[in-house]
Amino acid sequence: MTLKIIASQCTSCSACEPECPNVAISEKNGTFVIDPKKCTECIGHFDEPQCAAVCPVDNTCVIDNSFPRYQPPA
Amino acid sequence: MDASVQHEQATIPDGDKLSSVMQTIAEHKGCGTSGGSGKASCGSGAGENDLPPEIWEKVKNHPCYSEEAHHHYARMHVAVAPACNIQCNYCNRKYDCANESRPGVVSEKLSPEQAAKKVLAVASTIPQMTVLGIAGPGDPLANPEKTFKTFELIARTAPDIKLCLSTNGLALPDHVDTIAGFNVDHVTITINMVDPEIGAKIYPWVFWKHKRYTGVEAAKLLTDRQLQGLEMLTERGILCKVNSVMIPGVNDKHLVEVNKAVKSRGAFLHNIMPLISSPEHGTVFGLTGQRGPTAQELKALQDECEGEMNMMRHCRQCRADAVGLLGEDRSAEFTTDKIMAMEVNYDIDSRKAYQEAVESERVAKVVARQEELASLAGQSSDIKLLVAVATKGSGLINEHFGHAKEFQVYELSTAGAKFVGHRRVDLYCQGGYGDEDSLETVIRAINDCHAVFVAKIGGCPKSDLQAAGIEPVDQFAHEFIEKSAIAWFKSYLDKVNSGEIQHVVRGDAEIRQGALTSAA
Ligand code: SF4
Ligand code: SF4
Ligand code: SF4
Repeated sequence: MTLKIIASQCTSCSACEPECPNVAISEKNGTFVIDPKKCTECIGHFDEPQCAAVCPVDNTCVIDNSFPRYQPPA
Repeated sequence: MDASVQHEQATIPDGDKLSSVMQTIAEHKGCGTSGGSGKASCGSGAGENDLPPEIWEKVKNHPCYSEEAHHHYARMHVAVAPACNIQCNYCNRKYDCANESRPGVVSEKLSPEQAAKKVLAVASTIPQMTVLGIAGPGDPLANPEKTFKTFELIARTAPDIKLCLSTNGLALPDHVDTIAGFNVDHVTITINMVDPEIGAKIYPWVFWKHKRYTGVEAAKLLTDRQLQGLEMLTERGILCKVNSVMIPGVNDKHLVEVNKAVKSRGAFLHNIMPLISSPEHGTVFGLTGQRGPTAQELKALQDECEGEMNMMRHCRQCRADAVGLLGEDRSAEFTTDKIMAMEVNYDIDSRKAYQEAVESERVAKVVARQEELASLAGQSSDIKLLVAVATKGSGLINEHFGHAKEFQVYELSTAGAKFVGHRRVDLYCQGGYGDEDSLETVIRAINDCHAVFVAKIGGCPKSDLQAAGIEPVDQFAHEFIEKSAIAWFKSYLDKVNSGEIQHVVRGDAEIRQGALTSAA
């Protein structure tokens, strides 16, 4: 799995972008998006997903169930 | 105050000018006042001796510190730092940071390069523009790269522009040295509490060191970091102002304690602002129906704190990207498209020449006030009352009643005229005809005043004001505010003494909710 940003709720405040340890977040057409190939749910870096922790709008950075669960490298 | 103090050079402060600034800044030492009459018993030049010259240099032309200076100089804010590291219950971050501007309005987000260009474009067009602030939306120190890049670009081309920033304080201790390095003129910290239990009612969470903290723990972290940051700045000689949002029933009584805490840590000015809250702002407080204070509640708290420390009363919680003097907003002339297309030629010398002319105007105004005040000498009366003034700046009564977006409020007594605040009314007159509903709004906003001074006023609003017990005064059109107010007060006292009129105390007034959005 990865996290995704609900575009309609994103205020484009950019707070999440520099917090991501995997540089998975970027700005696209005025809102911010997460690259599912880069997101690790912050596993191995921090206790909680940083984007969700810093985002001012609740339930905007959420788990994207359409992707398989992230597997930390052995 | 000594009217005979003359000045060869406008740059040398004198007791008079200083005293008018003293109302909002600097020292109470030696003034022996308590309550709301700070200016009344300040002896001549008391502040000049109390105030270190380098601090005086920094604040005398500062529109954010001196209401008097705000008539002649302007500041602008740019929004380059939209990210924030805490959450406040009065904030909806789709809009601006409520710390320095009104909630419910959106500022244009700019890159540091765009912001620098905008500042230079504005400063070249409006020579009164002397202060640049970085404020919300967001926290400038949650975005240190963007904030400091903007400062760097501006300092390079326009070293005469003063830089300032306002912050919630969470990240402040980490950046104090960089702030000192950029020669930042002053820092504003928003401190709403020093008690984490109260803080938990204002801040749902803070984000610190990769973790979201909530409740009392979050508020404890925030207050510790704020006070630490304040101490670090004042130790380095950087001016610190503290903003507090007055939230009735949450921190209103507690702000007296906040006032003591920040004063003892060297803050030189405390600005208590009313909570602006309404459901359509979408803020937590807006949705829970938390009300803001009335004008009387706000003034009572400011008066209570004034014995402790200098209070600032002229903060208009302006739109962060507003450009211009007083209630004026020329931001429409400086949209990103327009500034990027502009050829900007920054001419430091012509700005200097302009500012020198402004200085001599200010001197003339002070002399006029002193002369009028001298004629009040000998009168004794306990009467204290408020009057509202419509002005576009320069210290003159020069605004049409129907065009005023705000009124300045002065407290008159035999001690003189003291600026105590301003009331926003936005536009009452849209395109030449009066609109009854908005006239009511104006009356509610200045309902605690005995008179309103204007450059001009139509017949209808005139009689409505009279019916509401507020005397419209247009005979001092285009004259100096304080001089005129004192002259009017003198004749008011004469009429009361001769029994022609009876002095009655007026009621409370309403603080206008919502955003100052009307473009000039
Ligand atoms: S969960 Fe962590 S890794 Fe994934 S986008 Fe958010 S911050 Fe980046
Ligand atoms: S922190 Fe939230 S609101 Fe801000 S840009 Fe990221 S997803 Fe959008
Ligand atoms: S500090 Fe400013 S931007 Fe951040 S939540 Fe508070 S009011 Fe909003």
